[in-house]
Amino acid sequence: MVPDLDVSIRPGSDIAQAMVPDLYVIQKVRKETDDTFTLELQEKSGRHTLSYAPGQFNMVYVFGVGEIPISISGDPASPVLVHTTRAVGTVTRVMARLRRGDMVGLRGPFGTGWPVREARGHDVVIVAGGIGLAPLRPTLYEVLSHRDEFGKVVLLYGTRTPSDILFREELEQWRARFDLEVHVTVDRADSGWRGNVGVVTALIHKSPFDPEKTIAMVCGPEIMMRFTALEMQKRGVNSDSIYLSLERNMKCGIGLCGHCQFGLFFVCKDGPVFRYSRIKDLMVKREI
Amino acid sequence: METLERILAEHPFFKDLSEPYLQLVTGCASNVRFEPEKFIFREGEEANQFYLIRQGRVALQIFAPDRGQITVETLEEGDILGWSWLIPPYNWHFDARVLELTRAIALDGKCLRRKCEEDHNLGYELLKRFAHIIEQRLSSTRLQVLDMYGA
Repeated sequence: MVPDLDVSIRPGSDIAQAMVPDLYVIQKVRKETDDTFTLELQEKSGRHTLSYAPGQFNMVYVFGVGEIPISISGDPASPVLVHTTRAVGTVTRVMARLRRGDMVGLRGPFGTGWPVREARGHDVVIVAGGIGLAPLRPTLYEVLSHRDEFGKVVLLYGTRTPSDILFREELEQWRARFDLEVHVTVDRADSGWRGNVGVVTALIHKSPFDPEKTIAMVCGPEIMMRFTALEMQKRGVNSDSIYLSLERNMKCGIGLCGHCQFGLFFVCKDGPVFRYSRIKDLMVKREI
Repeated sequence: METLERILAEHPFFKDLSEPYLQLVTGCASNVRFEPEKFIFREGEEANQFYLIRQGRVALQIFAPDRGQITVETLEEGDILGWSWLIPPYNWHFDARVLELTRAIALDGKCLRRKCEEDHNLGYELLKRFAHIIEQRLSSTRLQVLDMYGA
């Protein structure tokens, strides 16, 4: 006889607690590009700040519309919680219309972060595509705030067109630094653009890093990440030293509901940041 | 002083090319310099050179009446510009516009074509090297065509 399974969730338990959103008030809304925007949030009572690791995400709930996972894009050392996202679905389109003083529900932080601690003493190569720069920005803040503890730091960033470039002012500030190598490229441009045109993967073989002591962190569309990982390996970076952030249909955020199952993993709990060597075989399986 | 032969020998494109072939290629090479906004070549013109960019940035562009000049790729220090000299009917398919002051080594394609016809081993060595560049550009172009960052 199969025993009855107790799947009830007791009020007050850790799981139940993780499913209850806290109230956050929007302090600022900033339009980044035509279809991306940044929200700065503060917990309603103003008494709590959320600590998180770069690369983690929160489930953000637009009341009456729905809840979605959004990576944290701000500085982990700052008390302000920052999320940057693109208005592409039902929830994000409504979210894009929210204004200062509006309230959202928030659960988190969830998932694994970028290996910033492990990267100490190594060269750090950050490769971002499109909105993928947002989840990597906290890593850059953290690396730059402990700059002496890392070797060369390289940011390679690709977008579709010049008007899609995120965090433009910050990129200019980073580019002006002598201890950070920044290369931006776009897939296509008119003649007014004086920068690079070409895919972000083409920047890898020209970048000044030592492949044997490099940790690479990659975030962007999955095709871009796959080709980036291949280029990194061609340069001599070990697949154990390449980290990718995956995106799947995440719902509960705690590995309970199974929506984001990816082979043996739940992206919300075991990811979103994975070592490439752990998932490279799964990434080319269509059935997963 | 850096001689042309030494510069060519140190460039990854000519890596491991035998000494006699390197001398032969050097015989077809010259230093060139292009000011910003100048065109190194224009679409439809005869393609009789290729370039090893030593400094600067060049945009490969194509003109569309409804969209103006569109940049499809930029090339910079270390990159090879042009392979139409190798493939009949030897005409450029794009404009090459200088974005920043560019210094390069120009290689005379007509001269090299003749030498490759005379010595097929040299022809094979050069083709292998260009095939690698063409493969890289084709892969990049496929990713661009995929429009990865689209919705």
